[in-house]
Amino acid sequence: MRITQGTFSYLPDLSDDEVAAQIQYAIDQGWSIAVEFTDDPHPRNFLWDMWGLPMFDIADAAAGLHEVRACRDAYPERYIRVNAYDASLGRQTTALSFIVNRPSREPGFRLDRQEGSDRQIRYSLQAYAAQRPAGERYGRNETPNGAGHPGPASG
Amino acid sequence: MTGTPDSPPSDRWNAGVLPYAQMGYYEPDYVPKPTDVLVAFRISPQPGVPPEEAGAAVAGESSTATWTVVWTDRLTAHEHYQAKCYRVDPVPGREGEYIAYIAYDIDLFEEGSIANLTSSIIGNVFGFKALKALRLEDMRIPLAYVKTFQGPPHGIVMEREYLNKYGRPLLGATTKPKLGLSARNYGRVVYEALRGGLDFTKDDENINSQPFMRWRDRYLFTMEAVNRAAEQTGEIKGHYLNVTAATMEDMYERAEFAKELGSVIVMADLTVGYTALQSMSRWARRNGVILHLHRAGHGTYTRQKNHGVSFRVIAKWCRLIGVDHIHAGTVVGKLEGDPSMVRGYYDTLRLGTVPLNLGQGIYFEQEWGSMPGTMPVASGGIHAGQMHQLLGYLGEDVVLQFGGGTIGHPMGVAAGATANRVAVEAMIKARNEGRDFRAEGDTILAEAAKGCQPLQTALDTWGDITFNYESTDTPDVVATPTA
Amino acid sequence: MSANAGPASSGFAMPRPGPGSAGANGATGPGDPEDTGTATPEPLSADDTVELGEEQQAQRLSRMLDEFDGEFVGLAPVKARVREIAALLLIDRLRQRYGLTSSRPSLHMCFTGSPGTGKTTVAMHMGEMLRELGYLRKGQLVSVTRDDLVGQYVGHTAPKTKEVLKRAMGGVLLIDEAYYLYRPENERDYGQEAIEILLQFMEAHREDLVVILAGYADRMDVFFRSNPGMASRVAHHIDFPDFTLDELMQIAGLMLDREQYQLSGPAREAFMEYVGLRMTQPRFANARSIRNAIDRMRLRQARRLVAAGGTIGRSSLMEISEADVRASRVFGDPPAPGDAPPPDADSHQ
Repeated sequence: MRITQGTFSYLPDLSDDEVAAQIQYAIDQGWSIAVEFTDDPHPRNFLWDMWGLPMFDIADAAAGLHEVRACRDAYPERYIRVNAYDASLGRQTTALSFIVNRPSREPGFRLDRQEGSDRQIRYSLQAYAAQRPAGERYGRNETPNGAGHPGPASG
Repeated sequence: MTGTPDSPPSDRWNAGVLPYAQMGYYEPDYVPKPTDVLVAFRISPQPGVPPEEAGAAVAGESSTATWTVVWTDRLTAHEHYQAKCYRVDPVPGREGEYIAYIAYDIDLFEEGSIANLTSSIIGNVFGFKALKALRLEDMRIPLAYVKTFQGPPHGIVMEREYLNKYGRPLLGATTKPKLGLSARNYGRVVYEALRGGLDFTKDDENINSQPFMRWRDRYLFTMEAVNRAAEQTGEIKGHYLNVTAATMEDMYERAEFAKELGSVIVMADLTVGYTALQSMSRWARRNGVILHLHRAGHGTYTRQKNHGVSFRVIAKWCRLIGVDHIHAGTVVGKLEGDPSMVRGYYDTLRLGTVPLNLGQGIYFEQEWGSMPGTMPVASGGIHAGQMHQLLGYLGEDVVLQFGGGTIGHPMGVAAGATANRVAVEAMIKARNEGRDFRAEGDTILAEAAKGCQPLQTALDTWGDITFNYESTDTPDVVATPTA
Repeated sequence: MSANAGPASSGFAMPRPGPGSAGANGATGPGDPEDTGTATPEPLSADDTVELGEEQQAQRLSRMLDEFDGEFVGLAPVKARVREIAALLLIDRLRQRYGLTSSRPSLHMCFTGSPGTGKTTVAMHMGEMLRELGYLRKGQLVSVTRDDLVGQYVGHTAPKTKEVLKRAMGGVLLIDEAYYLYRPENERDYGQEAIEILLQFMEAHREDLVVILAGYADRMDVFFRSNPGMASRVAHHIDFPDFTLDELMQIAGLMLDREQYQLSGPAREAFMEYVGLRMTQPRFANARSIRNAIDRMRLRQARRLVAAGGTIGRSSLMEISEADVRASRVFGDPPAPGDAPPPDADSHQ
């Protein structure tokens, strides 16, 4: 299946040029850009791993695209998204968020039903991939090519 | 009554009838205080009634006056409580019509009560014989009073964070046919629409709990559909479960059940009344459920230019009551909506400070403080082929609802949903890339349709449908571009 | 995954909004009021010819170059090189329109010369010019030294350097005294890491970024010899000669005009002597030294006027007297009472 989270999920995957165009739009609006990745695609999981800190001072999309590519190189088999954040008064939230990388196989979810009284059912979603431990969920090549999971101080 | 030896009686207190303007209800020198509630009324006085007197009469009858002098007024600080009409402007191009501006002291109102605010302002004066017609055009709520209301239980920012959906309008559809489906089949329609790509589906305003489908059954089948669609897509989905009922107790019962089943959102109709809505709003915030309001019945009093209450005032009241969604017009769909007026409604719902703009029907600057915005909902006769116009007129923070436009799709409901979703994403993408989407909208849609058969079919089926009728409620003034 | 999984090129062309549209990307570079779009110009067929003088780009370009010439005193070789580079890029653009292969010329540069000779200002103009010609998307200038690139502990350097590079993308990165990055005597120095990263970016992001290294000529030489990788990436070397006495006087004149001061006749002669002497002394920073000297003369003028007291008029406020000039230590006079004690730094002379 194909997870349709993110703003452009129903369109064909964005090319690098298209990704850069969206990043440039965000920069022009004064929003900061951040790259995040995950292997837990549950819709309630909003805490994807941060690929470095958000970029506040870039003038050109090439800088954002550079990080997107670096993240793809490190984690080719994870979901990667670009978030643009609007810090202005009255908003102070994410303004745009779209997926820029997907694992080659997306097994999707299982809907678990727990029957209760009176025809009521308690539902929960389980991602098939999440049955394996973190890091082993998608694809063979899960060892990142870089220096490991980047924290805020490394790149 | 006679006065004391030191202060002889003034004419003001002789028993009998006095013009309102002389009782202090017309004060052209009055400077409104920042804490006053200000109201703009469109008055059409009966022949022979001077406009200032008519304005004063409205001020009087919506505050402390009655048709004759009463001595008991002297037992109060009546000057403080009486409303003051401080300005009357003739309406250009409409003979016999005026805009009267009236100020009410904040002490007249109960904190945090829309029922009281409305009873006070519109409760009495609209039947007044001296006026042929009367319309409440706009109301300025002072920030001090705004702060006594809860406001939207969640608001636009929180709703998006809750659903994890950013950067584009949200999409919905009302299940069709409006009436008659049984619960299981209703669930099927919901499932198809949500799995195809819509974010929400919706009960119609008159779906409450009828013999052909009772509320409980509907809720159970609907939630199965919602969860299955979430499984299919990995997105958070919702269906507005209508909790409107005959009594408040029933409403709470329905809302509680919806929450237990895990619904992210419920809806109510405007016809339940302001008090019920305020209760529901508190409930929604306490229980973390998004509250959608259908403005059922508003057209009876919002549509005519000379009489009733303008929808922008209803929108303000509903933002104060606290709803997360409210239907506010589509401009290009089947229901009434002049573009400038609709823009005024949307700004009133979404912005933190709404500037004065007569061309959009905004008569006062309105400061909302940090009250979150209410998401406007555009619903009624719109289809994917209008996506560029919708985005252009209505912006990004809106729920676009395509009931017929989804369910009537020749390839099926899911295909209809996909067509709408692809159309909106393609239009947003093109806008962000810097294309002139208003002018190139048709091209952009055609390009997107090349890769999406459902969208192509939708454009072919509905491409030329528009609803062009003369609007009944247009602005008095139109901005003329300066050279 | 994506269509362009190939190396490096992110040379996307963004459609610029036309006149009257509500496009969100009308971003122009620093201060250019008439960005009528250097978007993809129309292609030419084999038989077409182009009147170079009338080429719209050439016109805008020559206007920019004229302004550039007018704004700077002296700097003849610099101006010549800048015109050469501009010509190369213009021709390259034309070749592209004819469909001739033109791999993007390397634009990384090295500016050598003493401090105060205009390197930073020219770097800023270079950014704007390259943006006009369509070789840079934004044209902003990010100016750094070694400390902005190199970290203090393991793992600190890479993100620091990358941050700076990301900020500069779309424009020009000027690295002042770049040779300080190379400290072979200290094996724990992290400058080498910064150099590696710079080299990678200069290669991978040739379309996104122009790097300009700046510093003294001799030290740059040493730096390049020890870092052949860097040397091979820098295509253009421009030397900024020291200003002549006349040029310095001209610069002083411009500065004084701007500040609305005037040198009296004798003061003017005295100042010329001053500059002649100062030029030969150590740590002379060309235009910057002139600026400092003017500031000190203003100080002395103020002191003189206040000490004299009495009534004062507009012309006195504007005039700098010979005494204000001659009080400088450069002339070898004993310090006037209240003058700062001896000096090492330029600012106390």
